[in-house]
Amino acid sequence: MKGTMQEPEVTLELARQHGLSEEEYEQIQKLIGRKPNYTELGMFSVMWSEHCSYKNSILLLKTLPKDGEYVLAKAGEENAGLVDIGDGLAVAFKIESHNHPSAVEPYQGAATGVGGILRDIFSMGARPVAALNSLRFGSLDDPHVRYLFRGVVHGIGDYGNCFGVPTVAGEVYFDPSYRGNPLVNAMAVGIVKHDRIVRAVARGEGARVFLIGSSTGRDGIHGATFASEDLSEESEAKRPQVQVGDPFTEKLLLEATLEMAKEDCVIGIQDMGAAGITCSTSEMSAAGHAGMVIELDKVPLREADMIPYEILLSESQERMLVVAKPGKEEKIKQICEKWDLHAAEIGKVTERNQQLQVFWHGKKVVDIPADSLVVGGGAPQYERESRRPEYIERLHGEDLRALPHPLDLADTLLKLLESPNIANKSWVYHQYDHTVRTNTVVAPGADAAVIRIKGTKKGLAMKTDCNSRYVYLNPRRGTAIAVAESARNVVCAGGEPVAITNCLNFGNPYNPEIYWQFKEAIAGMREACSYLGTPVTGGNVSFYNENPDGAIHPTPTIGMLGILEDINHATTAWFKQEGDLIVLLGRNLEEVGGSEYLAVIHGKVSGDCPQLDLQRELQVQTACLKAIREGLVQSAHDVADGGVAVALAESCIMNRERPLGASVELTGYFRADFCLFGESQSQIVLSLKGAHLPRLTEICNEYNVAMRVIGEVGGERLRIGELVDVSLQDMMDRYYNAIPEKMRIVAIE
Amino acid sequence: MPIFKARIQVRLKAGILDPQGQTIAHALQSLGFAQVQSVRTGKLMELELTAENREMAEDIVKRACDKLLANPVTEEYSFEIEDVEEDVAV
Repeated sequence: MKGTMQEPEVTLELARQHGLSEEEYEQIQKLIGRKPNYTELGMFSVMWSEHCSYKNSILLLKTLPKDGEYVLAKAGEENAGLVDIGDGLAVAFKIESHNHPSAVEPYQGAATGVGGILRDIFSMGARPVAALNSLRFGSLDDPHVRYLFRGVVHGIGDYGNCFGVPTVAGEVYFDPSYRGNPLVNAMAVGIVKHDRIVRAVARGEGARVFLIGSSTGRDGIHGATFASEDLSEESEAKRPQVQVGDPFTEKLLLEATLEMAKEDCVIGIQDMGAAGITCSTSEMSAAGHAGMVIELDKVPLREADMIPYEILLSESQERMLVVAKPGKEEKIKQICEKWDLHAAEIGKVTERNQQLQVFWHGKKVVDIPADSLVVGGGAPQYERESRRPEYIERLHGEDLRALPHPLDLADTLLKLLESPNIANKSWVYHQYDHTVRTNTVVAPGADAAVIRIKGTKKGLAMKTDCNSRYVYLNPRRGTAIAVAESARNVVCAGGEPVAITNCLNFGNPYNPEIYWQFKEAIAGMREACSYLGTPVTGGNVSFYNENPDGAIHPTPTIGMLGILEDINHATTAWFKQEGDLIVLLGRNLEEVGGSEYLAVIHGKVSGDCPQLDLQRELQVQTACLKAIREGLVQSAHDVADGGVAVALAESCIMNRERPLGASVELTGYFRADFCLFGESQSQIVLSLKGAHLPRLTEICNEYNVAMRVIGEVGGERLRIGELVDVSLQDMMDRYYNAIPEKMRIVAIE
Repeated sequence: MPIFKARIQVRLKAGILDPQGQTIAHALQSLGFAQVQSVRTGKLMELELTAENREMAEDIVKRACDKLLANPVTEEYSFEIEDVEEDVAV
């Protein structure tokens, strides 16, 4: 019999099993004026979970700069951030984590992560034009890590390729702190005409509410928030926690959604991710200061015997909630039929009554104020206790100058080039289609990706970035560096940085040391974003990223968006022509803390992270972008992991078909290894024709940027003074083979 | 050593979404097989292996399934084992 299962009685104990505290349970009773029933308790538990309510982060997130010249939808307002790019167009973009699902089932976890972020973009009426991802794993020497790595990359590739979005950029890092808790942060970018932007809002008395897309199954209803004792064992066995992605249905959902936007059929749309129907109905209602009446028995089900609790909490993928414009209901049904999708009318908007009311075969099973569930409404907000961790003092205090000098600097350079963090990642991105839609101008393997916007002269540059070692050593400055570096990458590709999205991956916020890291990271992001003029348009927070030995390195991934006024400004990182001059912008300081060199050669994550002077950073970026726009620059590559030496080596060999050598003089007044491999910020390696040097010098003077001509492109080797002399072939062997060789060990896993 | 043949069926656990099965069901319905209510897909694998006896063979197949042939998070499996007659094998 349908829905006749005996529901457990709601008690404080049951609320606790649902992850709610005693105070929260009392607060719920206060908000609704009575004890919640079992179904309502489930809804509160999931909406007030960390994932949906941001309860331990929202107070700090509110301190981030949200306003900017180009910002159309601010953080928290819509499914994704929205930025004006002129020509009547806007860009929707967002990054989101899918860490825990990917740890359990790497292929489906990563695939549904991609699916979820794409829906966030196209639910706003935007067509996804690019996907990026930021991935972090333990050491590749661990077979389980290789299994996760393989599965995640495969999952991202299959979903993105099948859906038809190019995966154009991202980053992959390996560090023991991610063992057992990989990070999978997926970002998507879409383009929408201003007059087709769709908001996530429910308005209009009596407006019809549709559920479109896949049918609803028992996916993703978590055991932890599911007090199952009183339900039958049979239903327990039937409840899969793993969501399975169906990219072809997503493609249909995309086309149907965009067609509905084009035909002006909708008042609002929200995608269904976490907390499914509960989240979309309550958030859309709250956004429109309205309520909703939902008839749950009209929801198309995959399994017949589901109860309201399960239907409301299901996280089945590829679904959307649509509020129809009056008179367009039939059109919506036609469009969905054309695209072979369910379009079930499941309820209506009530403006006079701001309650969310849910009926099940005529019986009212839920009746709560819609905004009691959501952020900014009834959901709790906490500031947690914070404490500076002891390790910071200890690591900052280490005297790195006492480190032994490496005997052979050329060999050191080769070792860095084969470190999986630096080595070429084509093993990863060759599994992704990065040219579908034929707009990709600069593909993966460069500093930032560039895609053209058809019908205009413009382009978009985009990049994700975070050096979590820096953030671990110095959360505030490390996060500021992540913002600065992602902006620098975008500048090197010829784009003007305009806004960021962020994905904040941290450990358990109830640990005061973790909360301190979080608080400091937000402060660093605030400083850098304010100074560089790149507001935060949204993103997500993922807490509780822990492995058996402790928390992951704090990882606030930054997704940076930049605009190219002219697609011809698109610039790549590799040397172009023999005889070009090589110029280093910025200053190389004597610092090596938190560097890849320190980790790979000396086995240490120690010291303080590199200095960052935001004024100098902005000057370097402005000068570089100006030089690019004036057509002076052949190549631009930012100095990052592995320092100036690795940046030079990469510029030599990043174009695998046409590597070019270089002869460089690099003198500092300090240790040669620090000079070559230290990771001082705000530095860019440029190459240009000799004739352009005077003009570049003028620009650098204008912006007060330090610049030095350090050498010339040409030959078959990279020579750095008396320090390094290696052949291109030796560098390429290491750089290109490192990851494939580690992944070749498959059969015995 | 005796040779055994194992027939292993791997299928998605109940309740896990099966896009392939859904697509097949949908295609069948479009072709006029209105009677078809649902389709679930899976894999059939046949292994030949040597083992001292049937029990050992079962143990090997079980370990192979747990380790590689089935994904314990999303799939379940079952198998049968039969002897391969020496004269047939030759």
